[in-house]
Amino acid sequence: MHSIRKIKDSFMSKLHSVVGIFNILIVILIFIFILFNSLSFFKDYPLSKFFFGTEWISLSGKYGLLPLLVGSFWVTVVALAISIPVGIITTIYIAEFANKKTKKILKIIIETMSALPSVVLGYLGLYVLSGFIKDTFQLTSGLNALTGGIMLSFMAIPTIVSLSDDALNALDKSYREASLALGANKLETVFKVLLPAAFPGIFAGIMLGFGRIIGETMAVLMITGNAPIMATSPLSPVRTLTATIAAEMGEVVQGSQHYYALFAIGLVLFAISFLTNSIADKYIRKSRKLMGK
Amino acid sequence: MKFLKGNSGAAIELFIKVVALMTVIPIFLILGYIIYKGVPAISWDFLTEVPKRGMRAGGIFPAIVGTICLTLGTIAVSVPFGVFTGVYLVEYAKDNLLTRIINLTIINLAGIPSIIYGLFGMALFVIYFKLGVSILSGSLTLGIMCLPVIITATREALLAVPNSLREASLALGATKWETISKVVIPAALPGISTGVILSISRAAGETAPILFTAAAFYLPFLPTSIFDQVMALPYHLYVISTQVPNMPQSNMHGTLFVLVFITVGFNLIGAYIRNKFEK
Repeated sequence: MHSIRKIKDSFMSKLHSVVGIFNILIVILIFIFILFNSLSFFKDYPLSKFFFGTEWISLSGKYGLLPLLVGSFWVTVVALAISIPVGIITTIYIAEFANKKTKKILKIIIETMSALPSVVLGYLGLYVLSGFIKDTFQLTSGLNALTGGIMLSFMAIPTIVSLSDDALNALDKSYREASLALGANKLETVFKVLLPAAFPGIFAGIMLGFGRIIGETMAVLMITGNAPIMATSPLSPVRTLTATIAAEMGEVVQGSQHYYALFAIGLVLFAISFLTNSIADKYIRKSRKLMGK
Repeated sequence: MKFLKGNSGAAIELFIKVVALMTVIPIFLILGYIIYKGVPAISWDFLTEVPKRGMRAGGIFPAIVGTICLTLGTIAVSVPFGVFTGVYLVEYAKDNLLTRIINLTIINLAGIPSIIYGLFGMALFVIYFKLGVSILSGSLTLGIMCLPVIITATREALLAVPNSLREASLALGATKWETISKVVIPAALPGISTGVILSISRAAGETAPILFTAAAFYLPFLPTSIFDQVMALPYHLYVISTQVPNMPQSNMHGTLFVLVFITVGFNLIGAYIRNKFEK
């Protein structure tokens, strides 16, 4: 009896380690599969033509990445231009001005926002927002980077608010008290003391929000117009990196150059998300260290 | 920054309040729109019939069943792995290079775009393991996607359990595993289940990972095994709103409502549990 308990105990200990290590394996596997399939593409398609090519026309074997990067760029610019100021101001209200009950309700509402599936945002963009954008700017179609960016700001705001709120809450009480004791009013305290002190956490939130925007697929596939062109304004239809994979993978011949080209886009996305997350993680650590936690 | 004082200071405060309000108004408009348009489209027939005439008539029963299958599959994959990893990180692992690498991989798993999971799931499960486009491939793909949320939730919940509980159990002669399984995990259960519910709500609404691993365009019957393709609500909404011409509005609104009801509903349940157990 006694020894069975011991054996069970050590078995469980080993099992947990194995499962823990298994996670590393998954990330490595994801990377390897994306990498190897991309390498098959770069074997017969020159790197420079991929990264600096200005045309993505899969029918004629032209796989230039730039128009897709431009598409992702405009969508991201619009989404961040909305979500950064709105997110930070909302956080200031939640963290510093709202009473306890309002705070709780606001946080639940904003969390609900992040629960909306991206295909739902795409649907609303397609049938509600795009008509409005079309009429407002007198365009022939409301499906463009602006419409996509507005819808995607809904996905970034919850991320930015939640991390910024954590960062502000983590600040020691002494910051507020010292500032107020020196005669600063509440706004001065918020803008001159608390926000700068919480900057690492807020910046991490912005980076993760950026990651959500750049990686979002269904909404941009549905509402950005699907035109892989070198757009010069957000009012132009565009096509993002993610939407290209989603739109073309379904019809591609497995093992063809086109098939591998889509994995090459995947590799670029993987690299962007890896970089974004590493930076965000670095700033989260910094913010925790500042708070002495 | 003189403007922060006096009258303009009050104006800035008002501005902050207005922006915060404006942030939450869209979500009410969106939910209001979905309920207003969706509820009249819902009927018993719509929920229990198969789609007919190229999806332009009939109901969404196979899509609901498909989403349930994929969600259950996702839970079966991600909960054991996620919880075990969380337990490992908090209860067993020491702070060394290995745990730091595991933490880094979890952070990066969380940030990988969902379409990359789709690509990976297709390359590994569908093609390499020859599981085909199936419930199994889709569940494995979604399950891996959900891992980071569940691991993080488990870790936070376990860290919140006071050490005195562990010490008391060990002092009474329980082994480490007995302590973990009978004392620590039950105490951390609300936190863990919140993480599980939130990740399920996300998985149920995801489209990109199942595009090439599980979802069928039009399949007016139910799956018979885990190696079958299925219709799924999010993919069905995508298909009927972009790929099928002359689709009746009521079908789209009904599907939209059911999908949002499930995902937002799960999310609110998760929020409720967390609020209830938070001190």
